[in-house]
Amino acid sequence: MEIPYVVQPRPDTGIYNAKVGIWLFLASEVMLFGALFSAYVLLRVGAVPGEWPHGWLNVTLGTINTLVLALSAITTLLAWVACKTRQFDKFKFFHACTLLLALTFLCIKAYEYHDKWIHYEIKLNDGTFADGHLVEKSPDFDLGKKTGTVTLHGRTVKDETLLYDLRAQQNIELREVTVAAADIKQMENYGPWHNTYLALYFTLTGLHALHILGGSIVIGFLWGPGRKLWKTDPDHFTNRIEVSGLFWHFVDLVWIFLFPVLYLM
Amino acid sequence: MNEMQTAKQHNTGLTGESELHAHAVDFRGYLRRCLYVFIAVVCTTALMIWISYLPHYGWPVKAGLILCVACVNAFLVAGFLMHLLSEKKMIYTLLGFVVVFFAGLMGLTIYAMQDMPTGTVFH
Repeated sequence: MEIPYVVQPRPDTGIYNAKVGIWLFLASEVMLFGALFSAYVLLRVGAVPGEWPHGWLNVTLGTINTLVLALSAITTLLAWVACKTRQFDKFKFFHACTLLLALTFLCIKAYEYHDKWIHYEIKLNDGTFADGHLVEKSPDFDLGKKTGTVTLHGRTVKDETLLYDLRAQQNIELREVTVAAADIKQMENYGPWHNTYLALYFTLTGLHALHILGGSIVIGFLWGPGRKLWKTDPDHFTNRIEVSGLFWHFVDLVWIFLFPVLYLM
Repeated sequence: MNEMQTAKQHNTGLTGESELHAHAVDFRGYLRRCLYVFIAVVCTTALMIWISYLPHYGWPVKAGLILCVACVNAFLVAGFLMHLLSEKKMIYTLLGFVVVFFAGLMGLTIYAMQDMPTGTVFH
């Protein structure tokens, strides 16, 4: 059985069915991300002044990812235009570019996640804090048994609030800090459990990265095995590219707000 | 629409081409448009970063300015890349509902910030 209105617009809506479907889906996505953004607003405004992290993320990497995603949105549009103008070779090129840019985005995000994963804050018994990236743990390091040492590339501070706003501090000197397990009161990496900001960061960017991954799978399918449809029904194939492109632009739109909210504000 | 019409008839126009394809699409024109949009996105991104490093301004002012620039950035993507500037009425109606619900969501969030139980103590 053939599905109606996959190419021609429905007389009552003026557009083909898949396009109505993707816009309805995007509407539900706006509410999903909207709920998370509203949680961010509530927690950010309600935070104790001076205790909201600032400058924890690498703005350069965030900017590169913004431009990578903007470029991928453009290549996905050009892939659709190539289909409309019946230039299949150009379509293949631009869609491959989109796929590569999506993978670049995910690689940069994975690097950023790794950077947070190996970043530790250690509360010491004397009330000071050691903070930095993990260099090494001695072979006999065991926090439970209080044996061994851990070395970080970072600094020690007396007041934990100094670790929050990194932008406000000039010329932070980083060095290797070795701490004995016996001196450690609490040791925790910068995972989503570390504080509210990181919980929001990992939730928002993690959900966004899942969307990138899902979109990449669809784009990869249309570039690979799905392209068979072009030979039998190019208009239908072009509409599929448009629908996947609309999703991809939405993912770009979400990042346009995620970047300033998490990296700059 | 006559129910007897087959799906095949729905999917094939009188000329054998879709209505969408009936519009002339200029590849070079799109390429130029994309270039302008990308340059604009680069500029707005740079502007957001510059605002975030401005001294002598409090967080609320910076956040407001940055979000305004982000909205311009979003308009460029939605308007030109998603073709929202020239969409059908059906899509605008749908997005109208989204705007209302989104505004309600954010409005309730902001309202809830002031809605503390009597006797709440802040530490």
